[in-house]
Formats: sequence, C-alpha cells, structure tokens
Amino acid sequence: MLHCPHGGPQLCLALGPQKVNPALPGVGTPTAPETGKSKRSPVTCYWLFKTGHFNHCLQRWLNRFDRPGPGVGCVANLRLGDRARRCRREERAGRRVPEVTLPMDPEPFEVGHAVREAINILSSSRNGVQISEALGTIKCYLGGTENQAPLKEREEFTRVHFSAFLRGLVSNLSPDWIELLTSDQQKELWDSFFLEGPADQAFLVLLDSIISMGPSFRLMKVISILEQFLQTGRMSALMWEVCHQQAQAGLPTFQETLLNKVVCLPDHLCNKLQGNNLPIFFPQNYFPLLATEIIQVLQRISDSLRGGLDCSISFMSQVLGKVCVHGRQEEILNVLVPRLMDLTKVDCIWQRMCWRLVECVPDRWMEAVVCGFVQKAPGADVLSRLLGNLVVKNKKAQFVVTQKLLLLQYSYVTAVLQNLLGYLALDSLRRSLLIKVLKELLETWGSSSAVKHCPVEQQLYVSKAILICLSHLKEPEIESNRQELLTSMMGGMKCRLDSNLPRVRRLGMIVAESISSRITTDGPSLKFQYEDDDETRELKSLQQTAPLQLHVTDLPNAGRNNSPSATPKAVSKPSGNPHPATPAVPEEGSDLELDSDDDLVPYDMSEDKELKKMKAPVYIRDCIEVLTGSEDMDKWEATMKVLESLIRRNSATTREVSMELAKVLLHLEEKTYIEGFVELRKRALVAVTIIDPVPVVQYLTSQFYSLNYSLYQRMDILDVLALAAQELSQPQASGKNKPCSTQSPCIQTVSGSDSSQNWRRIVDERIKSKTHRLAKGQSLVEPACGPNKFSSLAGHFFFPLIQNFDRPLVTFDLLGDDHLVLGRLAHTLAILMYFAIHTVAAATMGKSLLEFVWTLRFHTDSYVRQGLLSAVSSVLLSIPSERLLEDMTDEFLETQSWLEDVAEKDPDGDCRRLAWQNLLLMENLLKKTQKCPYLVVGGNWKQR
Amino acid sequence: MALPPPDPQFVLRGTSAEVHTLHFYCGGQEPDYPILFSGSSNGLIHVWNLKTRRVDTILDGHGGKSVYWVEAIYGRDRLLSQGRNQKICLWDLAEGRNTVTDSVFTENVGFCKCSLLKVAQGHWLMAMPGKDLDEVQVLELPSKTSVCTLKPEADAKPGMPMSLKLWQPDFGSCPFLLAGYEDGSVILWNLSGGKILSRLACHQEPVMSLDFDSEKTKGVSGSSEEVLTVWSLDEQQNLKVQKTHKLVNAGIADVAIRQDKKILATAGWDHRIRIFGWKKLKPLAILDYHTATVHCVSFSDHSRPSERLLAAGSKDHRISIWSIYNQTSGALHCPLETRKPD
Repeated sequence: MLHCPHGGPQLCLALGPQKVNPALPGVGTPTAPETGKSKRSPVTCYWLFKTGHFNHCLQRWLNRFDRPGPGVGCVANLRLGDRARRCRREERAGRRVPEVTLPMDPEPFEVGHAVREAINILSSSRNGVQISEALGTIKCYLGGTENQAPLKEREEFTRVHFSAFLRGLVSNLSPDWIELLTSDQQKELWDSFFLEGPADQAFLVLLDSIISMGPSFRLMKVISILEQFLQTGRMSALMWEVCHQQAQAGLPTFQETLLNKVVCLPDHLCNKLQGNNLPIFFPQNYFPLLATEIIQVLQRISDSLRGGLDCSISFMSQVLGKVCVHGRQEEILNVLVPRLMDLTKVDCIWQRMCWRLVECVPDRWMEAVVCGFVQKAPGADVLSRLLGNLVVKNKKAQFVVTQKLLLLQYSYVTAVLQNLLGYLALDSLRRSLLIKVLKELLETWGSSSAVKHCPVEQQLYVSKAILICLSHLKEPEIESNRQELLTSMMGGMKCRLDSNLPRVRRLGMIVAESISSRITTDGPSLKFQYEDDDETRELKSLQQTAPLQLHVTDLPNAGRNNSPSATPKAVSKPSGNPHPATPAVPEEGSDLELDSDDDLVPYDMSEDKELKKMKAPVYIRDCIEVLTGSEDMDKWEATMKVLESLIRRNSATTREVSMELAKVLLHLEEKTYIEGFVELRKRALVAVTIIDPVPVVQYLTSQFYSLNYSLYQRMDILDVLALAAQELSQPQASGKNKPCSTQSPCIQTVSGSDSSQNWRRIVDERIKSKTHRLAKGQSLVEPACGPNKFSSLAGHFFFPLIQNFDRPLVTFDLLGDDHLVLGRLAHTLAILMYFAIHTVAAATMGKSLLEFVWTLRFHTDSYVRQGLLSAVSSVLLSIPSERLLEDMTDEFLETQSWLEDVAEKDPDGDCRRLAWQNLLLMENLLKKTQKCPYLVVGGNWKQR
Repeated sequence: MALPPPDPQFVLRGTSAEVHTLHFYCGGQEPDYPILFSGSSNGLIHVWNLKTRRVDTILDGHGGKSVYWVEAIYGRDRLLSQGRNQKICLWDLAEGRNTVTDSVFTENVGFCKCSLLKVAQGHWLMAMPGKDLDEVQVLELPSKTSVCTLKPEADAKPGMPMSLKLWQPDFGSCPFLLAGYEDGSVILWNLSGGKILSRLACHQEPVMSLDFDSEKTKGVSGSSEEVLTVWSLDEQQNLKVQKTHKLVNAGIADVAIRQDKKILATAGWDHRIRIFGWKKLKPLAILDYHTATVHCVSFSDHSRPSERLLAAGSKDHRISIWSIYNQTSGALHCPLETRKPD
C-alpha cells in the first residue's frame, strides 16, 4: 500500500500475476479481471492528474526499474482511467511484476532523460507491461489526455525528442516485440504516437523508415500506420502545422524536406512496394485526398484570418506547385478547382486566399499550376475568380499565359483557349494584354516561315486563338488597331493562300474573313469560297458564340449548387411530353389495307437524270471534229460523254489519230458547264494513252516541260500518266477492258481539293498491304493473269519526266514558285515507280528517283516532302532488295539517315508518319536479307 | 444503300415496229398459257405466248396503219383492236382462227384509245372518240348500238379527248366516264344523263393518259409536261387534285395502276418506266432499259400475285417484261392466291 505524499487516495499497486495473489493481501482485489473493466469510477483520483504530481512520481518510480531483465517489468495498477486499465491488461497477460514503491517527492528532471530511458526500455525489455508503461509515460508528453505533462515539457518533447523517440519506436519493431502488446495497446500506445503526435515529424519518420527499410514486418506495420495517418486526415494537420509555424518563422530545410516527402509519397511507396502497393497510395487516390486536405487547411486558415490571426499560405502554394509540376495537375485540380470555385463564389476572403495561393507558387512551378487551372476551370469567369490579376502581378504567369500557352504549345482543346482569352478579356487591367496577345498571334499567323515550318495543328490552334480574341474585342479597340489588323491580315492571307495544303489555305480564308468582317464597318467584307466541314464550322462558331459563353458558364455552377437533378429534369420534361400528347396522325392512309405501301422498298434512283436529246457521234474522227470546231454545245457535251468508250472500243482507229486526239484533249477547255468535265477529259486521255502508249506518252511528257501550259494542264498530264500506268500494269485478260469507273476511285486525284489526302491514302494503303505481305511471305493469289503491259513502257513514262525538273522555263519553274506541281510530280514519279515493280528498268529508275529525292530533301513545302517520302516508299517496294542493297548502298544509307531526321524533326505529322513507315520498310528489307553478306548495312542501322 | 433497279425479266423482240399498245390475258385455265397482245405501228397485232416467249399468231387487219389499242373480250377468244385506219375490229381467235368478225368505223382520226367496261355477262360498254373533235361516243357491245354521245358545251372547249376510262362504282350501277382532254383537263361524265359532273384542269398540256382506282375513287393522269397528277373524287362527285409529282423529264405516254392497287407504272418519253407506290405516290423505282420513248405499260392480271408481270412497249421495237414488287408477304393476297380463276 502506498500513499501519496500529499495525502491522496489510496493507490493499489498490482503485483505479480493477474490472479489474485493470496500472499499479497490487498493487491489485486480491486481489479475485476474477468469483467475486464473497472466498475469503480476513475474520477476518484482525478485531482492527482490535475496537480501533475502524479507524473513526477510515476516517472521517478519507473526510473528505478531501469534494469532490463527478462520477465521483469513493472506497472502500476492505478484504477485511474486509461492507465489503470492498461495495467490490468498487463496483469491479465500473466506477468509478474515486483512490488515497487513510488517516490513521493517530485524532483526536477529532464524530458530528454525520460525519453532516453523509455527508448532503452523499449529496445531492451521483453516485458509487455514494462514496455507499455514506458510508452504510456512518453504519451503524457503528447498531451491530449487527462494526465498530460506541463506545457513547457510538452513543447520540449515535441520540439527536440519526438522524432528521435519515434525512430526508436520504429527501430524496435519486430513481430515478437509487438506481440508483447495487446492489439488495443498497440493501437493506443504505439499507433497513437504517430497519429496524435506532431504530424510533420511523425510523417517524416514514417516516410524515412519506409524508404530505408527492406521488405519486412516492420515495413508492413509502418505502412499500415501511414495508411491510417492518411485516412485519419493527419495530412491537413501536418500542413496546418507548417502554415502555422511559417507565420512565425519556419525552418526552410525542414519544410523543403517535408514538401518533397508529401508530394513524392506515391512515388516512394510505389518504388518500395512494387506490386503490393495499397490503393490509398496510388496517385489517382492520394492526390485527390491531398486536395481535400488542402481545402481543409485553407478552411482553417480562413477561420484564423477571420479571427484576426496571421497565417502563411505559402506552404500550400508550394505543395500545389510541386504536385502540379510533377504532372499530377489532373488529380489534384479535379478536386481542388470545383471546391474553390464554390467557395470563392460569394466569399471575398476565400477569393483573396485563392489568389494568394496561386501567387505564392514559386516561379519554377508557376507554369504547371497556371496551365492546370486554365484547363480545369469550367469557364473564363471562374478562372478570373480563381486567379485574380495574377498575369499582371507575376511575370512568369504572364509569360505562360500570353506566350507559352498560345504561341509555343498547341495541344489544348478549344475550351482552354476560350477560358484563357476570356480571362484576359474580363478585366480592364488584363485587356491590354489581350490586345498584345492578338498582335503577337497575328504576327505568327502572318509569317510565311511559320506557315512553312509549323505543323498544321498548331496553325489551327493559332487560328482559333485569333478568332476567339477577335470575338472578345470591342469596337473602340478594333477601331484603334484597324490598320495593324489590316496589314497583318493581308500578309497572312497571302502566304496562306500560297500553301499547297488545302487545310492551311482554308484556315487562312476563314481567319481572313473573320478579321475583315470585324474591321470593315461599312461595305462588303472578304468572302471566300470553300467547302464547309466540321473544322470550318467549329472555327466559325468560335467567332460568334464566344461572348455568350461567359454567361453560359454560370449555368452549370448554379445547377450544381442548388440541385443537380433539377436541370436534367427540366430538360427531359418537354421532350417526354409530346410523345403521348400527339399520336401519329396518318394523313390519309388510316385504313389498314393501304398501309402496305410502306413495305415497298424503293430501288436506287440516283440514275434518274435529265435525258440528253443530242445524238452522240459514233466515229472518233467525228468526235475530233466536234471537239475542235463545233459550236453546238449539246453535241459537244454528248461527244465528251461517249468519247472514252469510243476510244476503247475502236483501238485500231484510235491508233491512227492518237496524237491528234491527245493534242485536242490536252488543249480542250470547258466551253460550257458539264458535270465532271475534268474527269471525262482525263479518262479520254487515259484511254488514248493506253491504246497507243509510246507516241502519246512521249508527247505528253515532252509537253509537261514545254512553254505555254497552265499549271492545271501540267498536273493533268501527270495524272493521266499515273492513271495510264496503273491501268497498263493491271493484269487483265486481253480484249476485256476493265471498266474505267471501277479503278478510277483508287487513283483519282486531280479534281478534289484535298488531293494530297487521297495520294497519301493510296500510298499508305499500298505500303500497308505491302508490309503485310513481306511479313507474311508470298501467299497472295493473283486473281487474273496477263502480261504486264507497263513493264516495257515504264521507261517512256518515267525518264522524260524526271529529266528536266531543274531547268526553269520562263513560265514554269518547278524549283521556284511552282512547288505545287513539283509535289505532284514527286507523287506521280512515286506512283510510276510503284507500278514498275518487276520491270527491268526498275533498278535504274529507282536509282535516279533516289537521287531526285536527295536533291530535294530539304524542300520547305511539306507537300513536296510527302511526295518524296512516297517516292522512297515506292523505291523500297518496287526494287528487289538485293539490287537495292548492292547497287545503291550509298543512296540507301543516305536516304535512311534523312528519313530518321524527318521522322524526328519534321514539323508535318504526315511527313513524320511516312518517314516512320519507310524506316519500317527498310528494317523489314534488312531483316529479310539478314543472312546475306550485306549484314554490314543492317548492323549499321541497328546501331543508330 | 438502295439496291440497283432490277433488269427486265425478259425482252420480246420481233415486232419490227414501234409497240403502241399491250394487253395481257392470263385468266385461262391450266393448259392455257398467259398471253400478251401487242399492237404495233406497222398495223400488226402480235399474240405472244409468255410461256415460250415467242409469237403465237400475228394478226394483220389494220391495213398497215398503226394499232393503238387492243383488249380481249369473251376470255381469250375475242379481241378488240383499234387502229389508225379508223376501224375498231373484233377478232375471233378461238380454235386457231384469226379473222375479223366485226368492225366499227370511227370517224375520228385522233390518237385517243378506247375504253371497255363489262356491265353485265355478255354486255360491254365501249367509249370511243366520236365524230366531232371533242365528242366521245359510247357504244353497247356486242350490239354496237350507241348508248350516248358526250359532247361538252360549246363554250367549254376542252379540245379533243385524249384518253378515256369507263368505270362504275359497283357492278350493276350506273357507269361513269373519265376523259382527259387536249387542254389538260379531266372531265367526269355521267353516262345516264350525258352530263358533266365535274371538270378538273389538272395539266397545262394535253392529258396523255389516265387511270382510275374505283375502290378509292382516285385516279392519276399524265401529260406531256413533267408532272404526274393524282386527283380524287369526293362524295359530291367533285374532282380535286390530291397530289402532284414532279418528274425529271417531261412526257408520260401511259399510266397504269396494278390490279391490286399497290403500285403505279408510268411510261416515260425519257425512255424510262417509273414505279410509284399508289398510296402516297412514293417513287419506288426507275426502270431504265429502253433506248427510245416508252409508249405503253400494262400489268398482267395473273391470278397468282407472284407471277404478275409488268410489260412495257417502246419505240425501240422492244417489249420489256418486268417482275417487280410482286413478292408479296401481306395477308391481302392470300385470298387472291387461293381463288380459282373463273
């Protein structure tokens, strides 16, 4: 029996085994081990804890048992709340505890000493009771329980000793050690240090231990503690502590470490746990959690601001910045932005906090944060509320918003652009930036080098940005910049209309139209003719709807806040109603027997066209006469329509007049509108070429390089040659002419505005099929057999065309302005080369084609480059690999290095793709010939 | 994607002249085969056996002048034919004979085809253009007595009748005549009183042909312009336009509604046969085979719907036979299929 020096109530010290020891009367009797709970109120000794003396006594008393030994432990069975119960549990565990006397007088002692003692016990003791007692002692310094240590000591403990103690705890952890404690004790004594103590230190210790430990029981335990740490919302406590400390004066290095660990937690755990990672540590779960914690901290900060206390937000900014720069914008902002959006709607403190949050992000992370916000904000007004005047205050943010997002990057969707530019337009301070941005955008748009070297996607992006800017400008602003706008519009339009890519041209037209409609107040604005597609419609919608969009964005917010289900309900109502309300009223056929009209399925009626009265000529000579002299348009039209079939039917007659006919057809102009005139003329020319190839091809190729032809005619020549080559190379039974209509779609090229697309598609398809075949082995069954008529003629087609391309004429300069024709020429040569497969001349043709490619490889026009790349494909496909590697090793290697260059650096996506395909073809070729002595080439290639 | 229109089932060649009129007779008993009569511009009438697809008999009775209307009467044994030699002949074809047993002289020199209506067993009414230009005469056959002469009032001036259609609402009731005139109007005559009941100006150009569906009391007319008009007859015996369909090319030489009132065929000057759904005039098919104007279309009255054919005669001397929209699945045709031909 012990009595407190101050005359407190009686303390019973439990001694020895849990069962009541009859040798020690008075001991153990108060406990009721069977029930597991004391029935007596712990309040009876409450004063002891209040005075704080008890701790001193207990500590002193514990220190006496600083002698480690197996089976030796001590515990005070204090029927006083927690501690007493804990002791009883120890008793139940059947440990014998020697009787002790508690020191009566409190002596001054150091916290550090106590901690060391505890650690010693923990590391050496094998007695559960002793261990739990030691833990309990230290627990007092944490506070939060009734019997906490004095404030000063508590502070000292948390400041100096806590981390060390936790490390001690972790280092002692082992399966049999932890067995010494019951699971409740584990939770209350062991876990609580991590979960209730200062969160920052606990977190650091946990992470450090995880990083340093190998897979073991200890690691699992620590990880489960960390999991609880996250689940119980300790993260917000952690951040709040840092924010709080910062308000006074933080430790920069400590914060830095903490920041690193907080942000990189998923990485650390993933590295450590590999496949056994817990879901809560997955980035997609962790960062949203972090975001909610951030919101909580912000909430506390806002509360304390309202309470008049200063609080630093910069740690939050750092966390946000670092998370964003680690590429987790998506996860964190998906949670953060909607919450902030709601919170800032009415509350100006929140608004200022939000601004501050973004402003305090260090410069090096600013870009990631701003980009994230711009992408995640549902509308320009929200963005403006969240960012405030960030772009005006922060140079880095300004650079990101006005330069980087608009001019250097182009991967964002249109909504992002609308957000961004709408944000600039919403505030008068920022409007000057909007105008500046527009000028810069126009400068880029108008520069001819940008047209040449930028990918089309970027040009589209810039165009969109310009259109959105324009939609935000007000009349006076346009008025003051009219001249500048006009100048840049004219410049940009010119270089865009020069382009060979139809998409670029169309983009130019739309932007120019829109600028001119804005700057011309009176009189007609520019109007171009182009076919509408999805892209043009989208662009046009941008210039109209953008101002409205500001109002629209508020709607979803309102709907979401008040009642999310309200909006869809309202929408679905009217759409649901009309169905029952208006039963289908059949106009006349309500009688049943008439209903059968509907099951008569109509046949195709597209052939129902107007009947032409004029009789078509029956002889080819009549045709020539009509085409050259006749003024009768009906007759002329009828002649055009029958000409091809006439030529194909009467090959003998055609041969007599083939040259004359070719001349007439080449110079034929559309006197009156005929549907598909260009196609008809081309088909007739192809037919003539096929009937009498040698002279006609000679004529056509010579005309290609002669004076006084329009570009259109020259391109027609190329198309005719390509089509004729195709038809000649097709195996077909003699005398049975293939109907022209079936083959024209696959190589039909000229009339369509997006011919480059067609070319590309054709070449791609061919490459695809070819590649497949190489991989599969030759198992293709030719459907029809016949001599390849093209094989003896390939040279006639090919060489005259490739001969003179570098000799400029007065009216025709392939290497200069007429790069459209050059591109077409390259494509045609590629096609001719392709059809020359298995011909004798193929190797020679291929060699000169590769030389042709080599001279033009740095051409600035992407259409030309595409043609060259197709040519390379054709060469690779048509020439036997042995010839290619043996006779043209140099060219092959040169081309290869060029291709690699293109594949990596070319601004045009299609060029890159073609180059990759070519490289693939080369690789396949090399694989095929790997057993041959040309292995060197393969080896070279592999090394690169 | 809609199916391409079908090809003709077969083509009858050998008239060596433009085919102006066609008439099927498929009502015979089993040993009898379906027959197609065709009248051509060289005055010959060909009797085609549709089983062998060859000419059975050639009838020559119009003195080389073109035949533009033929119709069987008394089963397949008698045939009426109208020719440009101003004669309407009655042929006896029974037991291999081919002689003209009777004829009517018409004083009219126009192109108007006659119209025949069976009013009782062994009695027919035949409407034919009359002596005066704008007159229509109705005869009773076989007695050849004139029932009435329908002549518009002097100030009406509809021009010549161009096409005629006799019909009666129910068997045994008073017959009516629908006549299309040169000025583009369609007139409904009451035969008993010889009065105009209704007049509808439905075309700008002469009405080239008309057909009438007495069940639904609506009819269709084609003219030399590019419009096909459907008009209906209401309870008060008034004609009114119900629907018009604009054609791609002008000129309808003939229209015919199939007996089951499901489809309508037109013979176009643009060489094409057009098929419409009769209920809503929904365009169904364009049959493009002929190389010259199609003069006439006719549906066979075969008892089995699946064997019903469409024939078209053209200026290019050919008769094309089509099998179209006769794969019926509806219950509507079951009774017809089981019905024995009488």
